[in-house]
Amino acid sequence: MTNAPAIRVQGLVKRFGKTEVLTGIDLEAARGEVTCLLGPSGSGKSTLLRCIAFLEEATDGFIEIDGAPLGFALGPDGDRMRLPPNDIRGVRSKIGMVFQQFNLWPHMTALGNVMEALVTARGMSKAEAEERARARLAEVGLAERATHYPSELSGGQQQRVAIARALALEPKIMLFDEPTSSLDPELTGEVLNVMRKLAEGGMTMVVVTHEIGFAASVGHKIVFLDQGKILVEGTPGEVFGKPRHPRIDQFLDTYLDRGAAGLL
Amino acid sequence: MSWDLFLLLLQASVTTIVVSVVSIVLGFLLATVVCAGTMSSNTLARGAGRLFVSFFRGTPLLVQLLLIYHLLPQIGLDVPSEVAAVAGMALCTAAYQAEILRGGFGAVPKGLMEAADMCGLGAFATFRRIRLPIAVRLTLPSLVSEIIMILKASSLVSVVGVIELTRMTQDLAASTFLPLPLYASAGVIYLAINAVIAGVGTVLERRVARGHA
Ligand SMILES: Nc1ncnc2c1ncn2[C@@H]1O[C@H](COP(=O)(O)OP(=O)(O)OP(=O)(O)O)[C@@H](O)[C@H]1O
Ligand SMILES: [Mg+2]
Repeated sequence: MTNAPAIRVQGLVKRFGKTEVLTGIDLEAARGEVTCLLGPSGSGKSTLLRCIAFLEEATDGFIEIDGAPLGFALGPDGDRMRLPPNDIRGVRSKIGMVFQQFNLWPHMTALGNVMEALVTARGMSKAEAEERARARLAEVGLAERATHYPSELSGGQQQRVAIARALALEPKIMLFDEPTSSLDPELTGEVLNVMRKLAEGGMTMVVVTHEIGFAASVGHKIVFLDQGKILVEGTPGEVFGKPRHPRIDQFLDTYLDRGAAGLL
Repeated sequence: MSWDLFLLLLQASVTTIVVSVVSIVLGFLLATVVCAGTMSSNTLARGAGRLFVSFFRGTPLLVQLLLIYHLLPQIGLDVPSEVAAVAGMALCTAAYQAEILRGGFGAVPKGLMEAADMCGLGAFATFRRIRLPIAVRLTLPSLVSEIIMILKASSLVSVVGVIELTRMTQDLAASTFLPLPLYASAGVIYLAINAVIAGVGTVLERRVARGHA
């Protein structure tokens, strides 16, 4: 258990009807490792992340979080067996997720958003939950915005509240699906800085992003997905350095962002 | 026109208010059931919900009231006309409120429920704390309009013998030969009641507007 990787994905297949979106993914992430998922639109990045979060049920294959099977396990007769809901809930509680659209609850303040699950799902007292929520909001630099509603916050501030909301539940793993893609360029920095700090603090992270500069400087591992398969995998130096896979070259031409060229 | 006449109108408007309020509340409760039916993955429940909505939205309330009024004694239910009136209005508004709620539930972004799921809220807590409050906030203006519509439509229940504001005004106009001041007074009373409803609605909308994108 203690030596198990934070995330292990084995032979993951996901079909929507007849279209096979993930065609057998194998992936491991050690504790404290930052994995950046790159790839063209429609390559299956979100689907892979959502399978790891169990928001989407894989058609085949296995996922382990900290050594514990998520959702499905190999049964005694060698068949794929669905685990009971309680097990699933337990393993999922180790996973925090941050969405492209923030998904803050509009009828609750920033503080309310961060406190909600602590009180409703974890049974914490209001006072205790508020103390923890305020601490998490302070960490993302939003102590003064605690009583603001999402509609009163900028996109970057909303995304930082969403990160605080996930962190308040003390996850072992944080998943990010294009956390800065719906932000104005001048607001992406404040979110990426929070994520960089989190990585430095040793959080295991899987980040779907088009911010090549962030991936190259913060990522320990780059995973390049193409048509539901892992095409290239390695350190930023291996993946972005020359000689490069022609698909990566092509991809960089399309997505290379501000200042990233200098980092490669 | 004397004060006595005006007091009679006010008395009748109490009937208008009571019949309307009871219909709206019963209708809302029924609407949540019908709405659950129309949104259900169960074919039978969905079909039943849709049939209910298409019947009660597709026929005039006047016809529904008369139908219920004559149907109830046929099936052995000898009830006062007030009950028949409330039953008709509640069934009718339930169909409209169910459609309003369905729109509201459908408009709650899926991502908000996924965020709740990732935070470990569970199905019931997600419904109670996230989905329902947002759906009601989204549909508040439509629900207020529906309440006002029902209050005005309550003038129709006189056909089953309930003496509410409109019917009382008609009766008094016929016996006193003062139609103009009487109908004007009735109009003012309807307007006043609806102004209060609209006012409460606006206050509520303003209170929830802050918590909105
Ligand atoms: N619920 C679904 N039903 C059917 N097909 C789906 C569903 N979700 C995703 N897909 C399909 O799966 C493929 C991969 O989608 P996915 O969202 O994982 O791509 P992505 O790599 O995240 O792309 P992007 O960069 O545009 O976000 C796409 O072809 C998409 O149309
Ligand atoms: Mg995506």
